[in-house]
Amino acid sequence: MDQQPNTDVIPGTLDLLILKTLSLQPMHGFGIARRVEQVSRGVFKVNPGSLLTALQRLERAGWLDSEWRISDNSRRAKYYSLTRAGRKQLDSETEDWTRRAGAVARLLKAEG
Amino acid sequence: MAIWRALVGGMRALTHRRSTDQDLADEIQDYFDRSAAEHERGGLPSHAARRAALVAGGNMTVVHEQVRSSGWEDVVETFFADVRYSLRRLARARGFTFVAVLTLGLGIGAAAVIFSAIHPILIEALPYPNADRLASLMDADVNGNPSAVAFGSFHEIAERSRSFEYLALSDVWQPALTAPGVEPERLQAQQVTADYFRTLGVEPFAGRNFEAADDRPRGPRVAILSYGLLARRFGGDRGIVGRSVTLDGVEYTVIGVMPASFENVPLPAAEVWSTEQYQPNAPFLTREWGHHSTMFGRLRAGVSLSQAQAELVRLGDAPTPEFPRPTWAPLKNGLTVHTLQDDVTRTMRPALFALGGAVCLLLLIACVNIANLSLARAAQRRGEFAMRSALGAGGWRLVRQLLTESLVLSVMGGAAGLLLAAPGVRALVALAPDALPRVHAIHLDGAALWFAAGLTTIVGVLVGLIPALDVARREPQTTLQSFSTRTVGGRRATRSVLVVAEVSLALMLLVGAGLLMRSVRRLLSTAPGFDPTSVVSLQVEEVGARFRAAGCHMTCLDSMRNQYFMRVLDAVRGMPGVVSAAFTSQLPLSGDLDGYGAQTELDVGKPSDHGSALRYVVSPDYFTTMRIPLRRGRLLSDTDRRDGDEAVVVSESFARSYFGSNNPIGQHVRFGPETAALSAGGAPHPWDVVVGVVADVKQASLASTDADAFYVVDGRWQWMDNVQSLVVRTRGDAAVLVPALKRAIWSVDANEPITRIATMEGLVAASAAQQRFALAIFGAFAAIALVLAAVGIYGVLSGSVTERVRELGVRSALGAAPSDILALVLRQGLVLAIAGVVIGLAGAAMATGALQSLLYGVTPLDPTTYVGVAVVLVVVAVVACAGPALRAAHVDVMEAMRAD
Repeated sequence: MDQQPNTDVIPGTLDLLILKTLSLQPMHGFGIARRVEQVSRGVFKVNPGSLLTALQRLERAGWLDSEWRISDNSRRAKYYSLTRAGRKQLDSETEDWTRRAGAVARLLKAEG
Repeated sequence: MAIWRALVGGMRALTHRRSTDQDLADEIQDYFDRSAAEHERGGLPSHAARRAALVAGGNMTVVHEQVRSSGWEDVVETFFADVRYSLRRLARARGFTFVAVLTLGLGIGAAAVIFSAIHPILIEALPYPNADRLASLMDADVNGNPSAVAFGSFHEIAERSRSFEYLALSDVWQPALTAPGVEPERLQAQQVTADYFRTLGVEPFAGRNFEAADDRPRGPRVAILSYGLLARRFGGDRGIVGRSVTLDGVEYTVIGVMPASFENVPLPAAEVWSTEQYQPNAPFLTREWGHHSTMFGRLRAGVSLSQAQAELVRLGDAPTPEFPRPTWAPLKNGLTVHTLQDDVTRTMRPALFALGGAVCLLLLIACVNIANLSLARAAQRRGEFAMRSALGAGGWRLVRQLLTESLVLSVMGGAAGLLLAAPGVRALVALAPDALPRVHAIHLDGAALWFAAGLTTIVGVLVGLIPALDVARREPQTTLQSFSTRTVGGRRATRSVLVVAEVSLALMLLVGAGLLMRSVRRLLSTAPGFDPTSVVSLQVEEVGARFRAAGCHMTCLDSMRNQYFMRVLDAVRGMPGVVSAAFTSQLPLSGDLDGYGAQTELDVGKPSDHGSALRYVVSPDYFTTMRIPLRRGRLLSDTDRRDGDEAVVVSESFARSYFGSNNPIGQHVRFGPETAALSAGGAPHPWDVVVGVVADVKQASLASTDADAFYVVDGRWQWMDNVQSLVVRTRGDAAVLVPALKRAIWSVDANEPITRIATMEGLVAASAAQQRFALAIFGAFAAIALVLAAVGIYGVLSGSVTERVRELGVRSALGAAPSDILALVLRQGLVLAIAGVVIGLAGAAMATGALQSLLYGVTPLDPTTYVGVAVVLVVVAVVACAGPALRAAHVDVMEAMRAD
């Protein structure tokens, strides 16, 4: 078996990725997964089980709102959007991530 | 906020499971549709695109489960699923469920009943503000025995002590409440000092409290009523405040009514309170210096009981000229202080502790029995567990399932227990002896319900733990391999241990019940000193208002009284069915206890070392009516009523303790106030002369030791008692005559109350009330325990025979006779029973010391009881073994060999 590159989302960052993606426009689950994959150029792949679990959790936390729309093939589709609290959460998580990622980057540079 | 939304989301998922499931399914379907559509746009044919979507996203059902199980509601759902599953299982095993629920119900119900009695009496604070500061104070007699307090001592302590916020004195009072056109009624009441209600910390809800001005000598006649009396006699009209009521023929102004919630713990039956109106600094020869009052105090905040006690000892040892003390109230070592709660619960505490212990034993037996039954069931369910295990249920999941099942069972048991507890509490209150304090506070209240709920949970976990651990211990692999019922092993050992435990616990309960039963028997076979058959007693009172209204003096009042009682006696004696009748100032076994100091001529000049002697002022016929045997000399007669030497008859124990080996006849004695006159330096009272000695009579209770007693003929004592007990010996059933007796008494005067109507046989039976109370409950518990132990033995043997069918078949195929197999199984059962009996005997020997104060005439190690109980248990064990043993003896060889 050849070594496949790890496409798992870095633990703890899935919430941030979802919030960021939804900050642009309301979107359904598959859209979010596809967009994370595209923007990360295939570095991250999101599996539907984790994604939908995270969406349920974020919605219950009050960071997401959802509404049902009828899709083109007349099936029901659930669209998520960011709430005001979600936007605040995104800001604080972004800041937190930037600070920590910067620190890790500096450490790696110093090592090199 | 976040928690709230999580809660709402979870609740929605729980309550709308179908629609949330549909939503989730739709969302997942949409996800996969879009994924497939994208693959299709990438050029794949439609079915290949679908497969690609599934490969990328995984199994849709797994995704569904993953999302679904992420919320907290999933835990709840699993629990409910377990509960539903347990209910289905229990519904299928009806016999097991019935026995288990009944067993647990009896155990939890009994515990709830006993708890609801113990809680208000021993645990809960008395129903007063800062009840822990309430104290009860006792004096001591010359021998150091606790005695009632004299007002003189109370007055000195109240003036000098700094430990108490309030101090109060009370005397029992039984006034007759009379009103035109209503049957006269004797009330329970108290005469109290002004601060009585302030000491308890309760104010009247209408009107006002007693003030110091109400409690001075010759002060106003004022009364405070209980709410119950107001409702019962005055239609609940609080306009009664300011009006007057007639008590003992005297007008009292009602100044207040106590609230309905007020519980008068010192005398629960009291319905009226008036003031004592004692004279401070009274001369010694007055009722102010008699030891007849009960004393209460409210400690100042921050003062401990021991500090107060230390202060009282200090004051007692340092008399001041301001407060002179007579010789009989020396306040040596001050007064003794206890908390009021300790004081009111003292008599019943041993019985309640014993019952608490008994109910713990019963509950333990019930638990052991259920654990045992569950183990037996677990043996039958091995296949089921192995299957579930093989299908992926983890060990923890199975344990959780079993625990849920036992919790469901114990909740059902708890519910059954509460159903049984409701009539149980009523029965307990009905059985309760008079000595049980706060009996009205005994009911299934919130505390009892919480107790039962907590107990149910604990029992559920405990009972479930044994089979659960048993299952968890077993590897599913080996269980599946050994699916057949041939292998037994560890589980049977556990069950045997449980049965032994059960038998030993049951034996301890049986020993307790046996000891109590023998005590009650001993008590009731104690000769009371008189013949109680066919004797009825009525307490008759002479209110005396009319004589007083006629301006009659003390001596004239006494002779009027005497005339009244004589006329009653004449009226009663003339009735058909009456053999003889007499009056006595105190009645044996009725609760009366009236004692006076005595002095003999031999004692003059020596300090008295006797306690008080019981005073009976009687009609001469009293001895023949009660059939009290004469031992020496003669009985009292009508001629003793007239002048001459005052004749006295004494009890055997009086004669022994005062005269020793000297001949008591002709000895000179003086009693109570007569001796007081002498010690106070007054003119000496002429000596009374002992003319006869009669047998000892039990006065306080059948269990009491024989007390010194003396009898004086009525009219010769210094005063005439206005309340006397009429004793009537009848032909045949004494109780039948009561209505006619009442009519006869009222034919003399219709305004005099008649109370305390009792047959002497009834009083004898009531004297063992506390032991009977404990016995009734112990007996019931022991009977249940015996049945449970028998069920336990039967269950284990029966299970063992089923498991060993093949072995037994082989044995009989190899030539074992049915009797051999019978003996084999019987031996197995008896070994368990005897092991339990031996352990139980040891346990009983250690535990029954707790019953000591309830026992009479038997020691806690009474060999007869122990042997008897052991025999009973072994016999019951043999009976329980008989069924399985007979079944084993008749095992069909062919069938047994084919069993696997």
